Amino acid sequence: MAKMIERPSGLGAQTTPAYEEQRRRWEEASAKGRPRSGPGSGAVDRTISDVPLKKIYDPADVADLDLARDLAWPGEYPYARGIHPNGYRDRLWTMRQFAGFGTAKQTNERYHFLLAQGQHGLSVAFDMPTLMGYDSDAPQSRGEVGKCGVAIDSLADMEVLFDGIDMGEITTSMTINGPACIALAQYVAAAEKKGIPRAKLGGTIQADILKEYIAQKEWIFPPRPHMRIIVDMIAFCTSEMPKWNTISISGYHIREAGSTAAQELAFTLADGFAYVEAAMAAGMDVDSFAPRLSFFFNSHLDFFEEIAKFRAARRIYARHMREKYGARDPRSWQLRFHTQTAGCSATAQQPENNIVRVAFEAMAAVLGGTQSLHTNSMDEVLALPTEKSVEIALRTQQVLAYETNVTNVVDPLGGSYYVEALTDEMERQAEAYFEQIAEYGGVIEAIESGFFQREIAEASYRYQRSIETRERIIVGVNAFVKEDETLPADLLKITEETERGQARSVADLRGRRDDAAVARSIERLRAACRDPQDNLMPHLIDCVNAYCTEGEIVEAMASVYGRYVERAVI
Amino acid sequence: MGERPLRVIIAKAGLDGHDRGAKVIARALRDAGMEVIYTGLFQTPEQIVQTAIQEDADGIGLSILSGAHMTLFPLVVEQLRAQDAGDVVFFGGGTIPPDDAARLKELGVREIFTPGAPLQDIVDFVRRECGKRQSPVA
Repeated sequence: MAKMIERPSGLGAQTTPAYEEQRRRWEEASAKGRPRSGPGSGAVDRTISDVPLKKIYDPADVADLDLARDLAWPGEYPYARGIHPNGYRDRLWTMRQFAGFGTAKQTNERYHFLLAQGQHGLSVAFDMPTLMGYDSDAPQSRGEVGKCGVAIDSLADMEVLFDGIDMGEITTSMTINGPACIALAQYVAAAEKKGIPRAKLGGTIQADILKEYIAQKEWIFPPRPHMRIIVDMIAFCTSEMPKWNTISISGYHIREAGSTAAQELAFTLADGFAYVEAAMAAGMDVDSFAPRLSFFFNSHLDFFEEIAKFRAARRIYARHMREKYGARDPRSWQLRFHTQTAGCSATAQQPENNIVRVAFEAMAAVLGGTQSLHTNSMDEVLALPTEKSVEIALRTQQVLAYETNVTNVVDPLGGSYYVEALTDEMERQAEAYFEQIAEYGGVIEAIESGFFQREIAEASYRYQRSIETRERIIVGVNAFVKEDETLPADLLKITEETERGQARSVADLRGRRDDAAVARSIERLRAACRDPQDNLMPHLIDCVNAYCTEGEIVEAMASVYGRYVERAVI
Repeated sequence: MGERPLRVIIAKAGLDGHDRGAKVIARALRDAGMEVIYTGLFQTPEQIVQTAIQEDADGIGLSILSGAHMTLFPLVVEQLRAQDAGDVVFFGGGTIPPDDAARLKELGVREIFTPGAPLQDIVDFVRRECGKRQSPVA
C-alpha cells in the first residue's frame, strides 16, 4: 500500500513508484503532443497577469504547503478556505448591483425596481461632479451631471434618493472617496430625519483615497491631510456606527486602470495596511476598528488566477494583521470583500457576449469566497445599463446561487494543486511588492514618486499589445469578428434637461435655506479642519443639516487643506 | 516642415479620471515615432487648444469615458475655430455610442475610436491625417 503522507501536515503526498512510472509515461506521451501555438490560437503559457504557467500541476508543486499553517479549515486562521465555517451553506453572498444616474428621483425609482427583483442591498453610483466635490451648477460640472451616476448636491437630494426605502433595514454601499465624509454625513442626516438612529445603519462607504491617487483619479485634497479625514471617519464610525463598514479598500479600480492581478492584490493590501497604521498612529486600538474594514476586488476573466487572488488576499491579510499589527480579535484577521466583474473585460463588439464573460467572472468570485457581488450589465461599455440588461446581470447571480450547486460545498477548489500553487505565487508576488513599497518609505511616498502609476501603465500597455498581436484573443474584437455589426440603439441616455434641472434645483436650495446657519456651520467646520484633535464628522453632519451644498463644504475644507495636483506619467 | 516628427496632444477633459486608454494611445503613438504630449487630467477645452497651439501640434486626441462627450468635444471644436487653429486634426475616443459619434463627426471631429479599436488603426489614422497637415500639397 502507498505510504500515505510523509510530512504530517502536507498536501504534497509522498509519491509511490507506481505513480512515478505513470508520470514518466505521461511525460513521454505529452511530449509527443502538438500544442496549438502562435497568434490567434488562444494558446498562452501565462495568466492574463503574466504569471508563467506549467501545463500540469501535481503534488510536487505544493510540496511546501502546510495544511494547518497555510490552508486550515474554513473559518480558521489564516482563512485561505474562507472566513465562514460553512461557506455559503448558511448564507449566500449579498447580491448588490451598483446603480445611479440622472437625478435622485430617477435613481430612487431604479432602487425600488432592483429591490422588487430580489436584490439584497443598495449600492450608490454618484456622478462625476459629486465625486469631485462640485455642485451641479459649477462650471466644472458642465456636461457631466447625472452621467456616470446620480447627482447629489445636498441633503435634500439624499432624502429623495432614499424616499420610501427603510434605511434601518437595507444596507447601502456608497462608492465615493474624495468627499466620502460628506456623503456619510448626508446619509446619517437623511436617516435621522426619518427617525432611524445612526447606530442602526448598516453598509459601507468606500472612502479609500489612496487608490484614487494610484488609479481612479477622483481626488480632492492632498494625501496627507486626507489621511486625517479617514482616521476621523474610522474613529467616528467605531464609536457611533457599530454596524457600518468604515472603509472599503479597493483594488477594483487599480485593476480597471490596467494592473495585473498580483498588482491589484498587493497595492490594495498595502493601502489597507497604510490605513491600519494611520489609525494606530492616531492612538486607536487595532481591534477596535479592524473588524469593520472591508475590501473590494475585481474579477477578471482568467478564472483560476482570480480565485487564487481572492484566497491569497485572505491569507496575507490574516498573517499581517495578527503577526505584524498584533490584532487579537479573530474578526480583525478576517478579510471580507465585495467583488465586481471586470468592466474592462467587456467589449463593445457583440455586447451580448458580455453576459457570458460576466457569468464566468462571477463564478470565480464565488469560488473565491466573496461576501457580496455586483455583476456588470452587458451594455455598460456603451452607456449606462438599461433596466433589461441590469435584470439579466442580477439573474446571472441568481442562476449561479440557485442552479449551479457550487454553493453547497465549502471552498470546493481547496486542495487543487493548481489553485494552491497559484495562491502561493500570488502571495509571493504581493510580498515582493510590499518590500518595494517599503523601500520608497511607504504608500504615500510611492504615490508621490509615481511608482504605482508607472507599474500600472506598463502592465496595461503590455496587455493591450498582447491583444494587438493576437497573442490574446478577445472574441468579437480580434477574432470571430462580425462584419457590418450594428451596435444596439436602445441605450439609456441622460439628457441636458437633467443637468439644467439639477443646476436649477441646487440654486433654488441656496435661496430658501437659513444663510446664518450655513455660515455658522461652515465656519465651525473650517476651524475643525485646522484642529487635528477635533473630529470632523459631527461638524460635517451640522453642515449638511443646515443644507450646505457639497461644493460649499469642499471649498471650506480645501481652503485649509489645498487641492491635489498630479504629476502625470505615461 | 516635414522634417520634424508628427506632434500630437493626448488630452483628458472635464472631471473624467479614466486615463488608461489615453495613456495606452499616448505610448502607442510615441512607439510609432511621434512626439506625444499628454496633458494630464481635468483640462478645460480652452487649455487643451492652448496647449496645441503653444506646442504647434499637428493633432489633438481627446479621451472621454464619463458621458460628457456631447458637451466637451463640441467645445474643443469651437475653441479650435475661435483660436484660428482649425487645421489641427481633432480626433477622439471613449465610451461613445454610435449615433453620438456620427453627430460629433458632422460637427468637425475627424474620427471617433471606440473600445476595441486596434492601436494600429489609430496610429495609421494619425500618421495619415496629421501627415497631410504637415505637407498639405502632397
